[in-house]
Amino acid sequence: MIEGILIGLSTALSLTNILMVMVGCFAGTIIGMLPGLGPMTAIALMIPITYGFDPSTGLILMAGVYYGAVFGGSTSSILLNAPGIPGTVATAFDGYPMAQQGKAGKALAIAAYSSFAGGTISAIFLLVAAPSLSKVSLAFRSPDYFALMILGLTAISAFSSKGQFLKAMMMVVLGLMLATVGQDSLSDITRFTFNNMNLTDGISFVLIVMATFAMSEALTIIFRGKDPNRAAKQISLTELGSIKVNKEETIKMAKTIPRSSILGFLIGVLPGAGATIASFLAYGMERNYVNEEEKQKFGKGSVHGLSAPETANNAACSGSFVPLLTLGIPGSGTTAVMLGALLGFGIQPGPRLYQTNPEIFWSVIMSMYIGMVVLLILNLPLIPYIARILAVPRNYLIPLILFFSVTGIYLMSFNNFDIFLMIGIAVVATFLRLYDFPMPPLILAFVLGGLMEETLRRSLLISDGSPNFLWDRPITLIILLITITIVGWQIFSTFRKKN
Amino acid sequence: MRISPTKFISLLFLVLSVFYLYTAYNIQVFAFDENAPFNARTFPIYLGWAGIVLSSLKIILPEKVTTEVNHKHLDYKSIIYLIIISLIYAAVILKIGYFISTSLFLFASYYFLGERRWGLMFILSFPFVAAFMYLLHGLLNIYLRDPFLKYIGVMG
Repeated sequence: MIEGILIGLSTALSLTNILMVMVGCFAGTIIGMLPGLGPMTAIALMIPITYGFDPSTGLILMAGVYYGAVFGGSTSSILLNAPGIPGTVATAFDGYPMAQQGKAGKALAIAAYSSFAGGTISAIFLLVAAPSLSKVSLAFRSPDYFALMILGLTAISAFSSKGQFLKAMMMVVLGLMLATVGQDSLSDITRFTFNNMNLTDGISFVLIVMATFAMSEALTIIFRGKDPNRAAKQISLTELGSIKVNKEETIKMAKTIPRSSILGFLIGVLPGAGATIASFLAYGMERNYVNEEEKQKFGKGSVHGLSAPETANNAACSGSFVPLLTLGIPGSGTTAVMLGALLGFGIQPGPRLYQTNPEIFWSVIMSMYIGMVVLLILNLPLIPYIARILAVPRNYLIPLILFFSVTGIYLMSFNNFDIFLMIGIAVVATFLRLYDFPMPPLILAFVLGGLMEETLRRSLLISDGSPNFLWDRPITLIILLITITIVGWQIFSTFRKKN
Repeated sequence: MRISPTKFISLLFLVLSVFYLYTAYNIQVFAFDENAPFNARTFPIYLGWAGIVLSSLKIILPEKVTTEVNHKHLDYKSIIYLIIISLIYAAVILKIGYFISTSLFLFASYYFLGERRWGLMFILSFPFVAAFMYLLHGLLNIYLRDPFLKYIGVMG
């Protein structure tokens, strides 16, 4: 392993590769900040550029873009409540309220430190445990994945519902319903398209996230413009605040980061789970760990609530490289794009990558450390400038959010049906938000919908239509028992409040 | 009898779920797949039933936490203007091209939201969109379809 680390260091520390990490982190941060343009888009944009490089340099650039875009996504979550990617939705839960309280600079600094710590710790895990962890992910079967996704959706409903669990579960079902629009992945049968060709490929994630977050947020700000309480919040948005993190906040972060890093990394290793589930589960786990007083602050600008998902989503990014590099199975949509790029270089990732291309395997891991340092050095000093986006008056900010939303959709499809659909969904989402129907469960359900159907299909086909797959395997049973406990706890707490 | 907005939304969701379930049962599957343990209908049928059960529970169970919205504080006029402008923008973007439609959309949005600094409004619409298009199309090489600019020879 020492030999591998040295090979990796010598490759990653070459002038070209250091420059590529820096360019990647910077470009990723800028692209990731724009609502709707997440790491997947950012990496996809880099593919044509990397064809001129050698494979390790190309992969290092893309890894830098990945980390930068995740951090950039957090920035737009915190400042605009407009997450560009599902992995940073949970960041907005406490980051955005913190920004509304005039602590935008502090929220961004906490996000930067947490991202750095989460990414660095998980890169160490990746270095030490990559081969053995891949075996753990191999042990997961379709029923386990299905149960894990049910757990993720139940957890997000429980944690984001503000005591209205049924409303959140309704949003989960709505998200899953939207995910079923379009062609069935196995049989290619079109469903719920009503003979509209524009719906054959389904509704895109970017459209849903733009409509329910960016556009709906913009419309809500305008809609509630006459509300005296909301008006006060808008004024406070222009106060950037200090980026200094005090001792008390540092202690809180120090408690949160280790456990969220471990959780994020382990979830990231599981193919398909990735940064989204990791950030939501870390948020939920953290809420259970803290005392009652801290628990009340969740959703209102809690340091724990911001640090946990930020640490976990970066840790999951490193984790998602484990199945990609050791098994050749992408752990997330983003690593799937990277897999495509690797195949373009003529490299087949898998267990033999160690032997055939050790410099690629180790240099990517070593460049992660360098990427984390670059991200911190680059982003922290820029925070006051990045945060100035909040100083834009409402009359300009709202049309600009709408402009970015429409552009994001227009760039994808070049048709106006998608824009009409986005406006329609945004209007519905605005009214739903008005009556406290939470949007994060809808987003997560929409993202997981396809994979959930796929794993349920495999499980039912293997068990010949019997529901036994739910309790046949110990892992599935344990995950489902945790889910039942969460539901039971929700019912119990509702009953307790009633009395 | 007064029905609360939350229960009304749940009622709409119930109607949607019933319609979704009806459509799910009518999905055409291959003949050999008709009696398979899982086909294209299975998952949507589960979802339809889940939607019906959840929305029914929300309608039947008493509301402990009510969400009060003061309609006097809601700015219906501005939001209706903004939605209409957005719909017009979506309708004309393909016909008159990205540059002109986006610039006009931004300019009109600033105006309807109460902005009257004409110089700033202009800079943040036409030159801003031009700069953004240059960033995407010129520097990042992202294709941006604009038949109008192509017609007058500005874009290749």
